[in-house]
Amino acid sequence: MLRFLIAVIRRDLKLAARRKGDWLTSQFFFVMVVSMFPLGIGPDPAMLSKVAGGVLWVAALLAALLSLSRLFADDHRDGSLEQMLLSPNPPVLLALGKALAHWLIYGIPLLLIAPVLGVQFALPGDAIGVLMLSLLVGTPVLSLLGSVGAALTLGLRGGGVLLTLLILPLYVPALIFGAGAVDATLAGVGAEANLSLLAAFMVMTLLVSPWVAAAALRVSIE
Amino acid sequence: MSDTAAVLSVHDLACARGERTLFTGMNFSLGQGQLLLVQGGNGRGKTSLLRLLTGLAHPLAGEIRWRGRALADGRELFHREMAYLGHLNGIKDELTPVENLRLAGDLEGMPMDQATAERALTDIGLARCLDLPCRVLSFGQRRRVALAGLVASGSLLWILDEPLTGLDVHGVAMVEGLLRDHVGAGGMVVMTTHQPLALDGLAVVPLLVGPALTRPEPGNQEEPACCAS
Repeated sequence: MLRFLIAVIRRDLKLAARRKGDWLTSQFFFVMVVSMFPLGIGPDPAMLSKVAGGVLWVAALLAALLSLSRLFADDHRDGSLEQMLLSPNPPVLLALGKALAHWLIYGIPLLLIAPVLGVQFALPGDAIGVLMLSLLVGTPVLSLLGSVGAALTLGLRGGGVLLTLLILPLYVPALIFGAGAVDATLAGVGAEANLSLLAAFMVMTLLVSPWVAAAALRVSIE
Repeated sequence: MSDTAAVLSVHDLACARGERTLFTGMNFSLGQGQLLLVQGGNGRGKTSLLRLLTGLAHPLAGEIRWRGRALADGRELFHREMAYLGHLNGIKDELTPVENLRLAGDLEGMPMDQATAERALTDIGLARCLDLPCRVLSFGQRRRVALAGLVASGSLLWILDEPLTGLDVHGVAMVEGLLRDHVGAGGMVVMTTHQPLALDGLAVVPLLVGPALTRPEPGNQEEPACCAS
């Protein structure tokens, strides 16, 4: 079972390595969206550090959605999704593996770029640390919940827009606690409460979303 | 070699797509060393039947049994022994044929080494394409990659939906050879095709899907050679 999970993850990492263009698009999108805000709002450091948490988190949500619409769609189009569902392993592991691979491919890079963008927003060192921590705990939520949406909208025309409408509301808790952690650090009250809630939300999605995504996949493929 | 004990059996199967009922009350059974040739015109439900048999779709009524157990209960065992080749090849364009085969092996839980994958592809006439990404291969060559994966999977039951699409004359002859070897060795095949196949000597079970046609064709399709496309 674990071997299958690892095989699914390795497969997606290998495919992403062969298609660097797709991978870079999402990362550049994140950097571009975040970089637009200082230009629009103006260079006042106090104002920028105040909005930094929210802006980075919203940009991360949008960047995740950009790549999620293709999470299952490519495999559906060439028939390899069917083949994977016909393997003797439970579809739950397939859904979990795809979501984890998405996190490794698209979530981790966001986490690594975030400090550079934080400096652009005049965030102090400890707030940048908390921002990274909140993204580390929060980005798996984006991939896991996103996999449910991607599975539900599989094969639909205009699935990308529908995916956004379906999934963005579900991301709200992650956004509130993630951006809240950065704000709390700036206000000097400590980010533990926000980070704990974010972690609890992540564990919950980890436990529930693979099952929902697997069920949705089976319906979509039929 | 033919063992007539039913391994795959279908009881009162009914299938619907949307509002339309494609067929009802279908019964058949298939044992080792037999080939089930599913026949019927376009839109009669051949592909739907095959998808029901794979377990990807669910029947409106009736039951499919594998080794005496309903498909829903014994899914894991069934999928270990079954290989499906549908309209889509299920291979990734970014990877080479060898990588595709090895990847499929990993996902099935039966890792395949480089030499085995290369041999399977060479046997099927792809010796010159081993290191090219599948994206640059022709339609027929990609079909051959999928067929190589099917053979390499070592499954007992092959479910093939129009396996001859895109294959040249040599390819068709090769598939005939593969079917002959597989069924001869006690394997089972469920397939559809609109092309004439020389399957004489094999235990072919014909099955007509959908409302009865005016001219049912029992047995093999021994059409004149001019019909080969």
